[in-house]
Amino acid sequence: MTTTLQATVLDTVVQAGDGALIRVPAGGRLRIVDTYGNQAVDTLLYDADDIDNRYSALDTIREQGAVYLTTGSRLLSTRLDELAVISDDTCGRHDTIGGACAQESNVIRYGEHVRHQHACRQTFLAYGAAAGIGQRQLGHNINFFMNVPVDSLGNLNFEDGVSAPGKYVEIVASRDILVLISNCPQLNNPCNGWDPTAVQLLGWWES
Amino acid sequence: MSGFTHEVPGGAAWSFPIRAGRLVTLTALGDDACVSTLLFGPDRLDRLNVPDTLKAQMSACIKAPMVLMSDRGVALASVVDSSLDWHDCLTGFGSDAHLARFGPSSYAVDRNDWKRSAHTGLVSELTRHGLGEADLHGSVNLFSKVGITDDARGTLGLLTGVSQEGDTVTLRTEVDVLLVLATAPHPLSTAPYAPAGVRIDVAVAEPVTTDDPSWNFRDESARALEQARRLAA
Repeated sequence: MTTTLQATVLDTVVQAGDGALIRVPAGGRLRIVDTYGNQAVDTLLYDADDIDNRYSALDTIREQGAVYLTTGSRLLSTRLDELAVISDDTCGRHDTIGGACAQESNVIRYGEHVRHQHACRQTFLAYGAAAGIGQRQLGHNINFFMNVPVDSLGNLNFEDGVSAPGKYVEIVASRDILVLISNCPQLNNPCNGWDPTAVQLLGWWES
Repeated sequence: MSGFTHEVPGGAAWSFPIRAGRLVTLTALGDDACVSTLLFGPDRLDRLNVPDTLKAQMSACIKAPMVLMSDRGVALASVVDSSLDWHDCLTGFGSDAHLARFGPSSYAVDRNDWKRSAHTGLVSELTRHGLGEADLHGSVNLFSKVGITDDARGTLGLLTGVSQEGDTVTLRTEVDVLLVLATAPHPLSTAPYAPAGVRIDVAVAEPVTTDDPSWNFRDESARALEQARRLAA
C-alpha cells in the first residue's frame, strides 16, 4: 500500500463572529476544533467548480435516513453529489436543521432590540462574495457542535451543546470544494454557551 | 367573481403568483399525496426558510397555525387550517435518481405520462420566472409525514397510509408570493408509480381579527406576521 504524505497546509484560528472561505481539494481533510467548547460553527459547502451545486441539508438527511450528522455522514449537494464525508467526530453529533442566525431571524426569535447584532448570514455573505456566493446561494447549513434535538412527536428544541473543549470534527472532501464558515456570534441562546469563542481549523492536503 | 380553481395532475409541476390576503386551499386528489412546495416573497429573492420556520416555532414539521417564514423573517403565508397535523419539511424533494426504480421514461415513449422528478419540475417552473437552480430551497412536502425515532441518530422514514384523498391544507398569503410546487412521488416512497394530483382553490381571505390563531400562536409567529404587515404599510 502506498501512503501519500500530506502536509499540514492549514492551521488557523477563526475568532468568534468571524468566518473563513477555504478551498479543500478532493481528498483533502479539514478539521474544525471546538477549542473552548460549545461553539456552533455554521458551515456551507460548495462544489468548487460550480457553486450552484451546493450542500443540501434536506437531501443529506433524507439519504442517510437520520436527522443528525456524525462520522460517516455523506454531505450531499442539491444534485445528490457527495461533496464531503464526515471522517472523524469526537463530539458525537451535529445539527443541520437549525439554520444560521440572521439579523432578521434574531428579531423573530428575540425581538426588535437585537436587530443590529452581528449574525452568521453577514459573515457568510462577506466571506462568500469572493467566490460569487450571494444571498441566492445560501442554502440551509450545517451547525457543527450544535445540538438541536427533534423527537417523535414533532418537537424541536435548542439545547446546550453536546460539545466540550478540544472536541473536533473532520471532513474529507469528495471533490474540490469550497467550505464557507461562520463562527457563530449568537449571544441570545445556548448554542455558543452564551459566550462565543474561537475555533481552530486544521487542514491536510497536497498544496 | 373572485378566486379560481386549478388542478395539477400527479407527476407535474406548477407555479403561480398569488397576491397577499388570499386563502390557498390544496386538496389531495389521491392517497399518500406529496406536494413539494417552494415559496418566494414579493421580490423573488426572499424565500421560504424551513430551518428558521422550525426553530422559531419549535417544531420539526409544518402544521396549523404555524407561519411559513422567509430568509428575511417575513411571514410569507400562514397555515390556517389542515385536516392533517404533520406536513414533512425535513426530507426535501425528489430528484431524477428517485425515479430510476420505475425504469426509463421519456416524452417520446410516454407522451405526457412521462415521469419527471420534483427537482426537474421545480427548476423548470423557476426558470420561467427568471429564477433557477440557485433559488431552490428546502421544501414543505404537503400531505407527507415522516416518522422520527427517538434514538441517537434521529432516524427518520416516510410514513404511508396517513394522508388520504380529500385531505386539505389551507395557506393564507401574508405578502405577494410566488407559489411553486411539484406533485412527483415523495423521494422516500417505495409505492408503485401513481402520484396524486392536487386541486388548488384560491379565494379572498377575510380580514385578520385579533383572535387570529397564527397571530396568537407564538410571539415569534406574531413578529414574522408584523414584518409582513410592515411590507404593506
